[in-house]
Order: sequence, then C-alpha cells, then structure tokens
Amino acid sequence: MTKTAGSAWLSWMCKMSELKKVSDFEWVIPKTGAMKVPGKIFANEKLLEGIGQDMTLKQIINVATLPGIIRESVAMPDAHQGYGFSIGGVAAFDMEKGIITPGGVGFDINCGVRILATDIPIEEMKKKVKEVLHDITRSVPSGVGRGHKEKLTVQVLDEVLKKGAKWAVEQGCGVKDDLERCEEYGCIENANPDYVSQRAKSRGLPQLGTLGSGNHFLEIQNVTDVFDEKIAKIFGIKKGRAVLMIHCGSRGLGHQVASDYIELMEKKYGHANLPDRELVNAPVNSELGKKYLSAMNCAVNFAFCNRQLITHYVREVLKSHFPNNKNSLVYDVCHNIAKIEEHIIEGVKKTVCVHRKGATRSFGPGRIEIPAVYREFGQPVIIPGSMGTASYLLVGTKRAEEIAFGSTAHGAGRVMSRTAALSDLRGEQVKKMLNDKGIDVEAGSMKGLAEEAPEVYKDIDEVIKVSEAVGLTRKVARLKPVAVMKG
Amino acid sequence: MPYKFLEHKADVKFLASGSTIERAFKASAMALQETMTKGAGVKSTQEREIDVQGDDFESLLYHFLEEFLFLLDAESFLFSEVKEIKINPVEFKLHAVVSGDDAVNYQISNDVKAITYNDMFVKHDKNGWQCLVVVDV
Repeated sequence: MTKTAGSAWLSWMCKMSELKKVSDFEWVIPKTGAMKVPGKIFANEKLLEGIGQDMTLKQIINVATLPGIIRESVAMPDAHQGYGFSIGGVAAFDMEKGIITPGGVGFDINCGVRILATDIPIEEMKKKVKEVLHDITRSVPSGVGRGHKEKLTVQVLDEVLKKGAKWAVEQGCGVKDDLERCEEYGCIENANPDYVSQRAKSRGLPQLGTLGSGNHFLEIQNVTDVFDEKIAKIFGIKKGRAVLMIHCGSRGLGHQVASDYIELMEKKYGHANLPDRELVNAPVNSELGKKYLSAMNCAVNFAFCNRQLITHYVREVLKSHFPNNKNSLVYDVCHNIAKIEEHIIEGVKKTVCVHRKGATRSFGPGRIEIPAVYREFGQPVIIPGSMGTASYLLVGTKRAEEIAFGSTAHGAGRVMSRTAALSDLRGEQVKKMLNDKGIDVEAGSMKGLAEEAPEVYKDIDEVIKVSEAVGLTRKVARLKPVAVMKG
Repeated sequence: MPYKFLEHKADVKFLASGSTIERAFKASAMALQETMTKGAGVKSTQEREIDVQGDDFESLLYHFLEEFLFLLDAESFLFSEVKEIKINPVEFKLHAVVSGDDAVNYQISNDVKAITYNDMFVKHDKNGWQCLVVVDV
C-alpha cells in the first residue's frame, strides 16, 4: 500500500516525480515513459528533502531507461547528484541484454576505504598525536603535483595493475593477512594492462602510494562505541583503542581510464539516444564492454595497491612511536566499481553486472566472497563520515542482498557546493573548529579544508540510521577522529 | 579574467568567454588553473606545446583542458599561461604553447579528476564565444 508524504514540500516533490512512499524509509518512482524498471530510494523525509533539491531523482530515472537493467534503479540514503548515475546509485544489468557504463562507476575508480585496527589505547595515542600526525603527513605524500617514493617503470606498473595489493605485499609492504581482509582479496581478476592507455599509465606512474586531495583523507580515530561486541572482537576492534582510516582511490590513472573509455564508447555507440551524455555505455558482452571492465579492474588494482602502500607507510610511523604496537587490517572496501556478481533475481540465481557508484558492497553472512574469518558474520562495511565527523564500521546483511543487490551507503553525501562552502567558511575557521573538538589537522591547503568542512555534508548519523532501519547494514562500532590528514 | 564560477553542489562549474574562440578557450584554461591552484601565482619557467583534435568544439575543448591534467600528473607541470593558441575550426584542431613551472613549488588544493561533458557547451553569438565546463574534483 503506498502513501503520500506529509509535508507540503514533499507532496509537491512527490507530484513532480510521481514519487510514492512505500514505508518511512523507502520511496518508489513508478515506471513511466522510457523507464524499463521503477526507481527506488532508501531515505527518510529529511534525507529525501536534500535528494530532491538537485538532479538526483532525474538521474535515478535516467538509469532506469538503460538497456537490460534488472528490477530497479536504486539510490542509497546518501545519494546526491553525480555524472550519469547519481552518487549513491546502484543498478544491476543482464549479462546478455545489459550494458556497462563508466557513468555508473565514476572517474575515481575504486575510490575506497580501509581501517587498520591497533592495540594502542587512545590516551597513549593522544599524548603523541601531533608528532604521529606530522610524521604520517611527511611519509604519506598527498601526491598532487608531488613526487612519490616508489620509482616505477611501466613494466612494474603493469604488474601492479594485474596484482593490486598483492604486488605491494610481495615487495614486503604488508602481510598475507592484509590480502585476506580486502574486498576481492586486494587483487581483482580479469585485469589486462594492455587495455589501459599509455596516457593513463603515464598519469599513474608518479602517483602510486599517494593520497590525493579533494575528499580523500587519512584519520586517526578512537573507537567510541561498540554496538556488537562479538563481531567487533572478530574484526579486531575494541573500545578506546586507536584505529586508522585510509580513504583514497586510483588517482590520475583511474580518472584517465574513465575518460578514455567514455570517448571510445561515444565513438562506437554514440550518445544521441541517451537521456544524458554521461551515461554513454557499451553492451556488457561486447568487445568494448569487456575491455572497459578489464581496464577498470586494472584501476581497481592500482587503488588497492595504493591503499596497501599507504598502510605500510602508516605502520612504519606507528612503529617508530609505539614500537610494541600490534595492528591488523579490518577490511578494505570499494566505493566506485562495476562487478560481475551472482544475485537471486526473481528466485533464480543469476550472474549480473552490478554498478555501485558511491555505494558499498554489503553482503550478508555466508557469501563466498567474504573472507573465511568473517564469513559467518557478514562482510565488514566501512562508511566514513565527512572529514572530522564520526565514521562507522558495520556488517552486511542478507536483506541488502535481497533489496539492494548487496549494497549500502558509502558516506555522508554532499549538501553544500564547494563555491558556497568557500564563501561561507574559511579554512582557518574549519581548522579551529576541529581543534576545538579536540581534532588535530594537517591539510595541504586551507581552501581545500574549507571545501571539505563537515557542514557541507549530510549528517552521517542520519544516513546510518536509515541504512540500519531498512536493513542494508548493521552497526558494529562508531569511530571518532582525533587527528586528520587531508591531502 | 573573462570567466566566472557558477553554483554546483558537488563539483566546479565555470563559464568562460572571449571575442574569439581562441580567447574563450584560453579563458577556460585559466578557469581550470584557478580551480587547481586557487589563485596561487604560478611562474613561467618552462614551456610545453599542446596539439589536440576533436570531433566538434566541445570535444576539442575537452581534450585541450584534459591535457593540463595530464601534464600535471605525468610531468609535474603546472601551467601559468597560454602563450599562443591557434584553432582550426574546420578540422577541430588546436595548437597551443603554454608556460608554467614545476608543480612541486606550489600547493595544489584541488585535484581535478576529470573534465566532463556534463552541461558542456561552446557557443557563438553576437557577443562572442562562451564555453561552459563542469570539472569533477
């Protein structure tokens, strides 16, 4: 039974887009016009109000018109306007009739996040946090127009593109357990470097092991709340201990792979019949579609390797300050990716191409893709807040597999533009505000800091509340930053 | 400068103009430079040549601007100004000479990920040429 929303504003929006309320946390855009399937949004009224203020609804509808889309064009609670797909957009496509599109992955392929758990009591960390943060900033280059530590050749880069984090571990930058605790075990298969252009490789060569700027960051956090003691223990998480969160992606290499294949797909298939030029695509089983998937996987591996190297640098800094500390990787998740996965579609197990753009995989207990140590509990899900606000460690659910192709939110989602942020906020103010909250900050630039101020994002707690109410994830722990490095 | 930044929630959008297409493209490049450096004065200590081709004015502009991202990532070259620019409007070819400096000498606050075709246009009317560009940051 569908209901119409309460507030005047919402009812206006519902009328404009024929949005129907299914429950307090689920909204449907019925199939009309060129849509092949309905749209689905997981949000409460507060989040929906934000979602309705930009092009997000239109983008959900656009995705619903693409060939071979299965069941629904889905948007996560943190959805906001993107290119082609909205950020927070999830869609699955048939392997025979469906497509693959760079617009459903994004430019920062495998932008993702990992958590390194330590046994360092937060009080001990706080005593040295300024020095630790300073040393991390020195040893993890932001890499924007800056040199890097690894002197690579194109041949070595090809190995990185094939092996991902595995390459880093082979070089002594990590332990075998690190690989066990990554989505795709840190090395996605079907990654042929021949499908990555020289131009993309040239952009990637100097950037391996660098953080990047924009929304990427590295935080030292405190485990402030544990919601599920049993699972937290399995994940290696304990209240009052320091953890490190690393958020970055595939840098210029991934950006160039996206740009290259957008151009190739435009040349081959055109964009005249598309509702949006940024949704240019290729049949998933076509030669070009397969090449994009393989090149994208190379960028995925580059990003895994990147996060692994940064983890290694962080560990070296930790060791210098806390020689006896023990630490272990909790998990590493991708936020921007298209993957071939098995899902139950209308009661039948089917292989499909799932696009997650600004969304996290959230598989429930038992899935073979989950590392053996976690399999009976579900996949660890990491949802970072905006810089300086709380982040969450959660666990995936069967429900997410049933209603969202095994996906959940990926972050807070922007509500304020960069231009507005710059006119309203100054970097120095943001720094002071964070310092007042007891958070130390090192930033590449003050303006960059203002653009990523916590105020420009949706309330992470609201996003988590909806994700949990719908059953897309379950909370395990809440993490609050004590120090931030922003590229 | 003959460009202005427009409101965009997640990324950076600018409108650049000029009496000729060359001037409008040059203004677009300067808007991109401001996006990356937030107005830090970049010195001209070295030069690069840019040769790109498109299928229409939009794709020509896309490739022209993308070249600056490439030069920054691959060669650590941060551009300061467009010294020469010549556009062949029939074949959609562009040749430019740009000057700039080693990027390590500057703080780059915005890592521009990509130029996009989102809302992009290159228009000509009685007031001259206008280019609208959204870049993903």
